[in-house]
This record gives sequence, structure tokens and C-alpha cells, in this order.
Amino acid sequence: MSSPDLVNTIRKYSSRYSIYLVLAAMIVISSIISPVFLSTLNITNISRQISITTILAFGATILIIAGLLDLSAGSVLALAGVLSVASYKATGSLALAMAVGLAVGVVCNIVNGIIVTRFNTPPFIATLAMQTVARGAALQYTSGQNIYQIGNYVVFGQSSVGPIPTPVLFMVGIGVVTWYLLRHTRLGRSLYAIGGNAEAARASGINVNAVKMKAYLINGVFVGIAGVLFMSRVNAGLPNAGIMAEFEAMTSAIIGGTSFSGGIGTASGTLAGAFIMGILNNIMNLMRVQSYMQQIVRGAIIALAVCYDIYSKKKREARKLGSRVKSEFQPGQA
Amino acid sequence: MSGIVKLEMRGIEKSFPGVKALSNVNFTVKQGSVHGLCGENGAGKSTLMKILNGVYQPDAGQILIDGEEVRITSPLDARRLGIAMIFQELNYIPEITIEEFLFLGREPVNRFGGVDWKKIRQDTIKLLQAEGLHYDPTTQLKDLSVSDIQVLEILKALSENADIIIMDEPTSAITEREVDSLFEKILRLKAKGVSIIYISHKMDELFRITDTITVLRDGSVIDTRPTHELNPDTIITLMVGRKIQNIYPKEDVPVGEVLLEVKGLTSRGMFADVSFTARAGEIVGIAGLMGAGRTEVVRALFGLDPYDSGTILVRGRAVEVRDVRTAIQNGIAMLSEDRRRFGIVGVRSVTENAVLPNLSRFIYGGRLHQRKERAEVSAHFQAMNVKTPDLDTAIDALSGGNQQKVLLAKWMISEPDILILDEPTRGIDVGAKHEIYRLMTKLAAQGKAIVMVSSELMELLGMCDRIYVMAAGRIAGELQRDEFSEESIMKLATGGKIR
Repeated sequence: MSSPDLVNTIRKYSSRYSIYLVLAAMIVISSIISPVFLSTLNITNISRQISITTILAFGATILIIAGLLDLSAGSVLALAGVLSVASYKATGSLALAMAVGLAVGVVCNIVNGIIVTRFNTPPFIATLAMQTVARGAALQYTSGQNIYQIGNYVVFGQSSVGPIPTPVLFMVGIGVVTWYLLRHTRLGRSLYAIGGNAEAARASGINVNAVKMKAYLINGVFVGIAGVLFMSRVNAGLPNAGIMAEFEAMTSAIIGGTSFSGGIGTASGTLAGAFIMGILNNIMNLMRVQSYMQQIVRGAIIALAVCYDIYSKKKREARKLGSRVKSEFQPGQA
Repeated sequence: MSGIVKLEMRGIEKSFPGVKALSNVNFTVKQGSVHGLCGENGAGKSTLMKILNGVYQPDAGQILIDGEEVRITSPLDARRLGIAMIFQELNYIPEITIEEFLFLGREPVNRFGGVDWKKIRQDTIKLLQAEGLHYDPTTQLKDLSVSDIQVLEILKALSENADIIIMDEPTSAITEREVDSLFEKILRLKAKGVSIIYISHKMDELFRITDTITVLRDGSVIDTRPTHELNPDTIITLMVGRKIQNIYPKEDVPVGEVLLEVKGLTSRGMFADVSFTARAGEIVGIAGLMGAGRTEVVRALFGLDPYDSGTILVRGRAVEVRDVRTAIQNGIAMLSEDRRRFGIVGVRSVTENAVLPNLSRFIYGGRLHQRKERAEVSAHFQAMNVKTPDLDTAIDALSGGNQQKVLLAKWMISEPDILILDEPTRGIDVGAKHEIYRLMTKLAAQGKAIVMVSSELMELLGMCDRIYVMAAGRIAGELQRDEFSEESIMKLATGGKIR
């Protein structure tokens, strides 16, 4: 391999895997800053802390790839959670409680999907409306009061399987489902296609509205599960849970390389993005950075990540133009 | 009529990457005259007018207004120099009122620095009255007809003291009666000494309203003559008049059964009563001017747009094409005319683009078989000589011709019986064009029916077995190979059989 080829290869892989390089660098730096960082306990902690946001982030990834988004995730999480908790208190059935959580998430997102597809509303507006409605419904149902004494319900969020906390297992499971869906199924290809160019997807025989509905439906399942896990972890049914959670989820997806213009994104990237945000929080806690300061830093990181994304996209395009000229003057290199 | 020269464009040259759009164009318009400008699609009319309007800068040449050389570097410059353009497609804000529209971008200011609405109201009423128009200044444009808005555009141009007005196909969206009133208006402008450049394909209009006609072909002025010295036939001959070179690898293959039959296909406001057939082994052309409804017909045929009535028969069986999926399932494939909009998913890889309509064929137990996918795609790419660095390259990174070949490969994978090609060679280089022609010949020999929509007469004449010509949303005629000529097509397309 000649040296320009080597440079190109390195460049190609480093840009494709840049997010993982950032993650690796953060792990190295954090372990130098804090000796406890790499302890099993701390890593388990980080994983548990990011699990619920990451589950939402997988849903956000699927939606953003398809050119959609969900601003109602946090509110629907709260509504699904409190209704699930309430049904558990009424019946004592964990299975029913989980089913209720899932059902609420799915129903709310089917409504999102219908408003977006049948009435052609921008997803931003449609899901903003759902955000308000679902939050209102959660508060209305609980009269604004938290539901306490939830008994055995805590098993979803506070148990462990071996050394691994249950919510982390859910996160990993949902991550695998998302990865498989995006990478290996027809639906996944269709999601990328409609996000990349909906008109072209339609002209290739893809039922764009059906794909959008499926994307919201899957997101609904993830949000429902996140709602159950959240309430279980905090040991109460909180109607005010999950405020701004959708934005944290989208942040992980964007940091992980999902493009807001649609058509680009991966499950593993989102997981890496979530870990980057989680490690950042963790190391700031370990360093006893004040919480307001932490917010400022987080915001700055988001701005940096997005700027870098757009900058590297521009550079990529410039290089592509270059390589296009080259490929035209060197016929037969196919 | 005065013989004073109002506008002179001298030796205008303009090139775009890979194309010479205008070469040594001389164009002179007299004061108080209506000057017709015609030519085939792509002859250079719009480029010339865009140069006059300051949208493009010429590579060489001079523009003189009233005998003085001017430089027009932007549409704003053009407006200052008294040049106004009224576009074919009116772009307007529906919510805006008449008075707001007339003074948009040049609102008078009162002494507090705010907009002087009182003055606007007064001036608007004055302008409307002077033209004998009875509109309320606060009417919103969305409540007016297209021709009303056109009149307002002219009014606006006049109120900005325009004395050169360019009208690009001004009658394409208005009714016969409205045409009459537009022509009255044009005659009045002419009497006032305004010069009008009138671009149109419609022969009857050109002969009704113009004093002089200039014909462009392939970026050069072919002739400029007083209208009374011309007739539609001479204009059409001037517009086309080339010899076919044998660059089209057309082969005669045995023609088989009727694969596609369209009967009375109608979509209100788009096209009406369109009927045609395509047999196995045939390449059938659909010709027509821009806006004749060609693309609309094939889009309906492929399930991209709905149609109101009519029957589509595939192998003699009536098929109701409600969506693209139905069309694909019935063995129809279509290469769309707008590659960027309806063809490629730019950020995704060439492989993903190529398998998009056929994902179900690569599903085994719910899972995409990516090895099979890549094997099939790479076989097609090789057969079609697609040049791509690898199978994971984003399709955006390829040249236009290679993108088009990837899209063709995509429809080859779905193994259609009927292939619709809408402007298959638009915007690609000659080499890729030739490869696409060769592929068409090969597919016809395999017994597929090919329907090609094209604005390039040459490729229609070179590749087709039969050509249907559309005009104003209808099939104006069908030409057999022995009747083929650019003149016969243009005659049908322009309604050139004088009414």
C-alpha cells in the first residue's frame, strides 16, 4: 500500500470511527484524572445512570434517521410510568404493569404518527402537542401528586442479573434490537431511504407513511419501557418525571453521529454518544464540579459536537468532489 | 413604428461547464416593438434572457441600451435600467395584498422611517385607474386569477419605469379569453413605446402579436426577420434543421405482443384522453414541449400521481395503479426525469440505492442477505460499466452519468417488462449517453417494452420505433418511423398545423 493510499485509509476510518476515538480518549483521560473511574462499581454506575436516556436515544435515533423526531418522549415516559405504577398498585401484577407502560407509550406514539402522516403535520409541532397533552394527562391523573409505596414494582429498575443492573440489560437489549433493525432489515433500509430522500424512496415503491408509522410505533415501545424503568428506579410514580429527557436523548444520538438532516446514524454510534455524555457527567461529579457549571459544560460540548459534525461533513464533501474528478480521469478503476 | 434601436446585445458568449450555451449572439430590439424569440428547449433562450436580466454574466460581448453600453450584474441592476422580466411560472406570495405587491421592496418611507401606507394606497389607486383596472388595493393575490396577477406584474414593471419587458411563455397558464386581454395590453404598451421580448413556442401567438422574430438554435442566432416574411413551417425548419448523425445504436428486433396499453388516461388539469401502446421489443417515444404533460402521464402510469379516469392494461390485463408498489409488481419500472429529487438517496451507498425497490428479494428469514445483495449489485454494475470506488461509496460522490447508471441498474434488478425512461440522458455526458442508448437497445432485444420521454428530438428520432407527440396535455399525433422528422414532431408539438 503506497503512502497516499495509507493516508486515505486512515482518514476514511478515522472519520468513520471518530466518535469511538473520542470515547476511547475520554476513557483514558478520565482514568488518569480519577483512579476510581475504571472501577467496576463506577462503570456499573455510569451504565445504570445512562440506561434510561439511552433507551430513549435509540428511539430518537430511529426517528431522526427517518427525518422525524419526538419531543413528547419525556412526557409520555411520565404518563406511561404513572399509569403503570397505578395499575400495579391496583392489581399487584408486574406483567400487567409492564403491559400498561408499553401500551401507553405505543398509543401516544401511534397518535404522533397519525398526526404526522395523515395530516402531514411537521413532526416538531405534532409531538410538541403530544408533549403538552401527555404531561397534562400525567398530572391530571395523579392530581399532581407523586405516587409512593410502590412495593415490588422496584424490581424492574433496582434488581440485577448477576453483576449487571436490570436497566442496563434493557438498554443493551434495546440497543441490539435497534442495531439489528437498522442494519439487517428491510424496515431499516427504508428508514434510511425516507430520511435521505423521501421522494426518491416513494419512487422506489416504499410506502413512506407506513414506514413513518412503524418508526413511531417502535419509539413508543422504547418510551414505554423507559417509563416503567424510571419509576421503578426512583421508587415512586412521578408525574413530573422526564422533563427535557427527549433532548438528552437526542443529544446522545447527535453526538453519536446521527444526522439531523436524516438518512445517517447507527445504534452503536448512539450508544457511544450516550457513554460520552455519561462519562462527562461522571468525571465532573468525581471532580466535584458544581452542577450549574456542569450544565454549562454539557451545553458547550453539544455545540462543539454539532459544529464538528457539520465541519467534517463539509470537508468530506470537498474531498468527494476531488475524488469525483479523479475517478473521471482514471477510467476503469471500478 | 419607430426604427430606433432600444436594446442591442452584441457578440454574447456564455459557457457552462462542458456546454457552450451561447456563441456570438447578436440580438437587437427596436423601441415600441414586440420581438418574438423562439427555439427548441435548450436552444439558449432562457440563458440569453437571464443575461439580460442580470442573473448570469456573459463571458464576452456587450449590451447597449439606447446606444450606451451597460453592465448588468444583478436583477436589481436590470430593474434600474428599465428591464423587467415576467416569468413563466409566477412566483408570488398568496397572502400579500395588491398594494403590498406593487411596492414590495421599494416601499415609500414617511418621516418617522416607517412605511408610508397612505402614499402606497394613493399611488396604487392611481396606477390601477390609469390602466382602467377595478381592483380593491387590499385584495389578496390568492383571490385573483393567474392572468390578473400577470397584469399586476406588468403594472408593477411599468410603475418602475420599465421600457423593456421580457415575457417568458406568458400564456402558458391562462385561458383563451385572458390571452386576448393580455394581447390588448401588449398593444397598448407598444403604443407607449415600450419594447417587449416575447418568448413562446406557440406559432399562432407569435404570428398574432410579434413584429420581428429571432430564432435560436444550439446557442446561436439562426435568423432574425420581420414576422410577415415568415410562416410557421419556415420557423420550425429554422428551429430544428440538423442532420442526424449515426450515433444511435438502434437495432431492429422482432416486435412481440402488446405489453402496455393505456386507454383514455385523464388527470384533470394535467392531461386528457391519453392513449398509447408499447409492444415487446419496441422503443416508443413520447415527444412534446415542456409543459405538454409528458412527465405527468408517465408519473401517473407509475403510481406517483393519481389519475381520474382511463385504463392501464399490462399484457392485456387491466391494472389499477394506485401506488408505485402496484406498478413495480406489474413489471413496470421508471427512471424519473429529476435524478436528484426522485432518483437518488444521496447520503446512502450505491448498493443501498440499487436494491431499494427490491429489498424483499434479499430477505431470508427476516434478515437482509447482504452478501447476495452485493453480489447482484456488483454484477449489474459491471455489466453497465458503473465507475465507483467501492460498493459502500455514497451515491452523491459519483458523477451524474454514473449516478444515472446506478439508477438504471436499480431498475434492472427488479427485472421489469416495461421500462419507462423520463429524460434518461438529461445532464450527462456524451459517453454515458451512448452507454444508456446501448443498454436500451439490449433491453429491447430481450423483449422489454421501453417508453422514452425526451425533450431531445435527436435521441427520439435515433432510438424510437414509434413516437407519440403530446401538446397541451393530449396526444397530438403518432408518427411511424418513415414519418419521422424533427419538422413533423415540432409541427405536432406546437400545434403548427395552422388553425
